[in-house]
Amino acid sequence: MSIILYTVATLAIIGATAAIILYFVAQKFKVFEDPRIDEVEESLPSANCGGCGFAGCRAFAEACVKATDLGELNCPVGGAETMESVASILGLEAVKKAPRVAFIRCNGTCDHRPKTNAFDGASTCAISAASYGGETGCEYGCLGYGDCVAACEFDAIDLRAGMGVPLILDDKCVACGACVEACPKNLIELRKMYPKGRKVVVACRNEAKGGVARKSCEVACIGCGKCEKVCNFDAITIENNLAFIDSDKCKLCRKCVSVCPTHAIIEVGFPPRKIKEEEKESSTAK
Amino acid sequence: MLKTFNLGGVHPPENKLSADKKIENLPLPKTVFIPVAQHIGAPASPVVKRGDEVKVGQVIAQSSGFVSTNIHSSVSGKVKKVDVSADSSGYSKQGIFIDVAGDEWLEEIDRTEELVKEFNLDGSEIVKKIQEAGIVGLGGATFPTHVKLVPPKGMKAEVLLLNGVECEPYLTSDHRLMLEKADEIMVGIQLLMKSLQVNKAVIGIENNKPDAIQLLTEKAKNYQGVSVVALKVQYPQGGEKQLINAVTGKEVPSGALPIAVGAVVSNVGTAFAVYEAVQKNKPLFERVVTVTGKGVSKPSNFRVRVGTATSELVEAAGGLPENTGKVISGGPMMGRAIPSLDVPVTKGTSGILLMQEEESKRGEVLNCIRCARCVSVCPMGLEPYLLMTLGEKNIFDRAEDERVMDCIECGSCSFTCPSHRPLLDYIRYGKGKVGQIIRSRK
Repeated sequence: MSIILYTVATLAIIGATAAIILYFVAQKFKVFEDPRIDEVEESLPSANCGGCGFAGCRAFAEACVKATDLGELNCPVGGAETMESVASILGLEAVKKAPRVAFIRCNGTCDHRPKTNAFDGASTCAISAASYGGETGCEYGCLGYGDCVAACEFDAIDLRAGMGVPLILDDKCVACGACVEACPKNLIELRKMYPKGRKVVVACRNEAKGGVARKSCEVACIGCGKCEKVCNFDAITIENNLAFIDSDKCKLCRKCVSVCPTHAIIEVGFPPRKIKEEEKESSTAK
Repeated sequence: MLKTFNLGGVHPPENKLSADKKIENLPLPKTVFIPVAQHIGAPASPVVKRGDEVKVGQVIAQSSGFVSTNIHSSVSGKVKKVDVSADSSGYSKQGIFIDVAGDEWLEEIDRTEELVKEFNLDGSEIVKKIQEAGIVGLGGATFPTHVKLVPPKGMKAEVLLLNGVECEPYLTSDHRLMLEKADEIMVGIQLLMKSLQVNKAVIGIENNKPDAIQLLTEKAKNYQGVSVVALKVQYPQGGEKQLINAVTGKEVPSGALPIAVGAVVSNVGTAFAVYEAVQKNKPLFERVVTVTGKGVSKPSNFRVRVGTATSELVEAAGGLPENTGKVISGGPMMGRAIPSLDVPVTKGTSGILLMQEEESKRGEVLNCIRCARCVSVCPMGLEPYLLMTLGEKNIFDRAEDERVMDCIECGSCSFTCPSHRPLLDYIRYGKGKVGQIIRSRK
């Protein structure tokens, strides 16, 4: 019986001593953590995609709590809603950012851009790009092995095997930018998202001279400059034989689409165009 | 026992189909495209413009730094344009297009076949002439030769090694050159020895070229300090570090240059180019190219002007065989498949190999079975299966620790893999990325 008593007493003394030591240690080495970090983290989508530029949601939450204004910080996955709740937790003002969406600037599918050779090395874009110019005559275009598809954490890119160029599904894309990093040809751009997924884009990155570009791909931008002239909003610039439409300046007027001689500028999400007046007349006259 | 390097290596079928074919001059092309980046280092900058008349041997692009070389016109005629065009990589590179008219050489070039043995230049004058003549390593790496001849401070070369190994299957350009220009090569070696201030030179030749070994051993008797050593046939013996190990038994430390063990390695083709540059005032604008392949009707060795389109060589060797699967610039092990026959011959083109469909195809990629054959054949003592995985998973810091930068890209691992895994593809990719990381640290 006494053995039990001794045991209990000894353990109780050890326990009490340890508790006292731990109490003082905890006091001495206390790390203060802003409780708002947890709160902010909870309001984030927990995708840990890195789209904000930080190493995961926790790091982003820490940065938000430290920040004095949220102008530079944005969670592309959560969008405006999430940023507003973050702002309300921190008592700051939410800065509204236009939502963005990724777009692959190449329209060189197999029917537009014939293959001139076959690559039988490891089928990833990174290795193909490091080895040589690619299976088609265009050294700037999409390689189609889908490094972007593998990089996407949100299943937002459809490889479209056999088509030659993957497709980004706008409704799933959160503009985290993982695909932008993954593309060795630098084709993917995060563009401003317009209602109904509308966009007007130069779907080409070919910097070769017009003739060379056209020879390799029938929908290549030849840098003719017609679109630049017709644009009323200074949204189009031409550099290295290649047109670029700034999505922040573009008003979706689609004038450039109709003047582009190679159909390198494409419109997405618009209803089919009405037949022009004179064409209508001529067709009714027949 | 014949000497060879002590680690790894493979022995692919030799297929030296053109070994007994004399070097012929390829007829002059109608136009040439001469890229300005034909060497390791900074591309040369063009000094001619559209409409300029050029002569054979004239400088058309000037070296733009120490690790860079001059580019000379290989033909005479009119500059058509200075523009970009696809080179063997399929990427557009700057170069000079020339329409050929006649064959007018610069007057100072000695076009006779006569052997000029005597020279009374000192070392630095020889290096200067080599630099001006735009000579690069003709074994395929195209490293500017004059850079090699000026060892870094505090280091001294003790021996000059001549690479007559030609370990790549199919290729015979060095072999033919050794047989036909033995004396010239010997004088070239003397010049290189003088410029490096060494009194010993060893020519390493693989045992599958007994005629070359015999001839050069005979010739070497007349030249002081030169000897020939026969080596066992083993790929990649032509690799700088492998050759040093095979001939001297020394091992170049990881990350160091051959000069660290007192050796400088040069190709026999380079020695011949040095002879021509110094004794004949002829800059490097043509080279010997083997055109070969199992289906080729006339496997040949051609003396080709730089800038000639590959299609002309193929035509001269009897045309493109019907079942050609790949056209490879270089040998089957380290060469690269070219995407188009318009690609020009450059200073580094040692051969054009027309591979038949069935031998060119890679096998189906299967899982790694951990047989470690890649480890046992790696001449640098690396673990290729591991480096491949690290490349696949983008773990570059670990790849650097595993010495990925030591890889000489010989392809022995991919060659030997029973699961046909694209080992070298991923290793080369990892090497590129690690190289970028190392450069960004500086």
